[in-house]
Amino acid sequence: MSSHVSPIREPLVQGHKTYHDITEDLVSPTERAPGAAWITGFALSVSMLGFGLFCIAWTIWHGIGTWNLNRTVGWGWDITNFVWWIGIGHAGTLISAILLLFRQKWRTGVNRAAEAMTIFAVICAALFPGIHVGRAWVVFYFFPYPNTRGPLWPNFNSPLLWDLFAISTYFTVSLLFWYTGLVPDFATVRDRAKGFRRKVYNFLSFGWTGSAKHWQRWESLSLILAGIATPLVLSVHTIVSFDFATSVIPGWHTTIFPPYFVAGAIFSGFAMVLTLMIVTRKLLKLEEYITIAHIESMNKVILVTGTIVGVAYLTELFIAWYSGYVYEQFAFFNRAAGPYWWSYFGMMFCNVVSPQIFWKRSFRRNIAITFFVSIVINIGMWFERFVIIATTLARDYLPSSWSYYTPTWVEIGIFIGTLGLFFTLYLLFTRVAPVVAIAEVKSILKTAGDQYTGPNAIHNHSDHTSGAETDSEAGFDTIVETSASAISMTSGMADSATSNVEESQEPNEDSDVVTTDAGVKVRSTTGVDDLKKIEGIGPKVSDILNEGNIYTFSELADVEVPYLRQLLDAAGPSYKSHNPESWPEQAALARDGKWAELKDLQDRLDGGKYV
Amino acid sequence: MAQTKDIIYGLWNDEEDLLKAVQVAKDDHLEIMDVYTPFPIHGLDPILGLSESRLHIAGFVYGALGTLTAFLGMSWIFTKDWPIIFGGKPHWSVPAFIPIVFELTVLFASIGMVVTFYVINGLGPGVVNPTIDLRITDDKFCIAFDKADVDVSKVESFLKNTGASEIHSKTI
Repeated sequence: MSSHVSPIREPLVQGHKTYHDITEDLVSPTERAPGAAWITGFALSVSMLGFGLFCIAWTIWHGIGTWNLNRTVGWGWDITNFVWWIGIGHAGTLISAILLLFRQKWRTGVNRAAEAMTIFAVICAALFPGIHVGRAWVVFYFFPYPNTRGPLWPNFNSPLLWDLFAISTYFTVSLLFWYTGLVPDFATVRDRAKGFRRKVYNFLSFGWTGSAKHWQRWESLSLILAGIATPLVLSVHTIVSFDFATSVIPGWHTTIFPPYFVAGAIFSGFAMVLTLMIVTRKLLKLEEYITIAHIESMNKVILVTGTIVGVAYLTELFIAWYSGYVYEQFAFFNRAAGPYWWSYFGMMFCNVVSPQIFWKRSFRRNIAITFFVSIVINIGMWFERFVIIATTLARDYLPSSWSYYTPTWVEIGIFIGTLGLFFTLYLLFTRVAPVVAIAEVKSILKTAGDQYTGPNAIHNHSDHTSGAETDSEAGFDTIVETSASAISMTSGMADSATSNVEESQEPNEDSDVVTTDAGVKVRSTTGVDDLKKIEGIGPKVSDILNEGNIYTFSELADVEVPYLRQLLDAAGPSYKSHNPESWPEQAALARDGKWAELKDLQDRLDGGKYV
Repeated sequence: MAQTKDIIYGLWNDEEDLLKAVQVAKDDHLEIMDVYTPFPIHGLDPILGLSESRLHIAGFVYGALGTLTAFLGMSWIFTKDWPIIFGGKPHWSVPAFIPIVFELTVLFASIGMVVTFYVINGLGPGVVNPTIDLRITDDKFCIAFDKADVDVSKVESFLKNTGASEIHSKTI
């Protein structure tokens, strides 16, 4: 409900939805019986998970010797998979936290599913260090707690322990953030349900009522959680990169690792979000909420982060050569031309070359191409971690201990098991919770719904009387009335209002665009009042009001104070101290030419505020 | 929620009409019990006279607590409780503490704020709050009045004049 509507931004909610349509479309997937595709996918995922659990049991029963790790390659598929999953887990918090701070409205279509994906990916990731340590049953030794062994504490100077703290914190904060967002939506599901289902959803919704004070605190909480989750998400992969960068292994101890890992994590996370979203929107029929505009935005992020990753690869190569340090040079020569050359070129092609096709707009907006590239990137980012870990370790300082590492069926099985776990959890999530955040989509409807913005708009966006009631089924007369009344309400000039109405009465699909454009043009060339004559309005605030379609005293006199408040809030925190309560009254006097009375009023006001 | 309340409430179909109605109610000095909406309405808080949430202050305090816990905890362990030499580095190696101090700051602040949020709102697992209208979480915007606090006939005329689409009385 932020009031600034950009004429350039594409609508993010298609299909002229009303608030009720949004509820209906987003809740109904949890109310229907699962379809054949879901059941097939679930059966497959659970089978993979079952095989994975068997392989984990096998590992714990027989020991880590069932893996092909040897004295040279001590980290193989386990840590590769760990880093891969953690990277995938970065997109959710990035979308929900960083994009919230940047006020990117397109986040509302994908944040819920992306956050869920984050949580599931972190669960998959955390599994690997847990079993990689060997004695999985005493893995709690990692945590610092007063114990009877001394007490013996973990080494707080070790990046591996930092990693434990980073990932535990990340998991907890992501879960809290996600669930707090879900509570109002669970209440929506609850209020449509009956009997036992209603009891379950009342439990899940924590008794949410929708009270104004609760919403105020909810927004405050979301914003602060976003604020602290932003450095958190950047810290997590930074610390994962410390696992490598603080070692003395050539190819690992580079200062470029933290930013390069973070960019790679966002890159792979968005690829996985796209893979999942493209399937989800199709199966749950959410194409009107997860639109091509959403996919294009994510493809832009992929292009940027993929290119950053590419620059990082090349920088590493250059620095290895430029350092003059033979071990470092060998490490990189070995990556590209050693026995694992295929993984290096797989990585280069998948991560650096493939996303470059997104420079072209039609490719960014093509679903089949996006889906294919997202899979390619998922594979490429797995190769990246494999290159960094196994390739580097396989040829160390001492040629006599060089080795070649291939995984056993147990290691492959555990990886398949985590894929099964991930998809099992995701599929369950789509049955239990609304996949798109209902309340958040409703809150952007007036600014990003296609009946308000874009080429199919039927409402003038400055119309704040009719709202979502007029849906796509409304007759043409209603539509014309709506836009006509909107224009006459905001426009102070009878002439331009009349001409606009005439234009919008043509039964032409584009007529409203013409109306809007014409309306703006007329205003910018004729009768614009100097709003700065109003006490409390300076040049900057005057510009903000112009952007909100207020150009004349008459227009300012007719608007409501809350609308002005919204305009100021939307313009940024520095306008918080401005108080518009007296502006319409002052403007009414100025419109009527009562300058003496205006002077009187302004003498009584304090900086535009009533005393 | 032991004792019941007799309430009267109106439902609106659009949040901007609701905002106008709340403004009218405030101008008429009608005591609003609460406003219920399907999503957060910007601009409602100042009209309704809600003071800014102080949750961020709580968040800061919890975060500071996390910072101190982590920093003092690690300092005590490595200098007093069990000093170990790591590669000849000083026991009190502050830069190495930074990552864990940061993580615990975030962890304490988030858990503390979320728990505070649910406690002060009276929400939580198993809480059953009275339902005023099932459509409030769907597409209706509601202003509710406690009949004990207001002149009911005044409220009724207010609801009619400000374009409420439905008017109901209920005991909750």
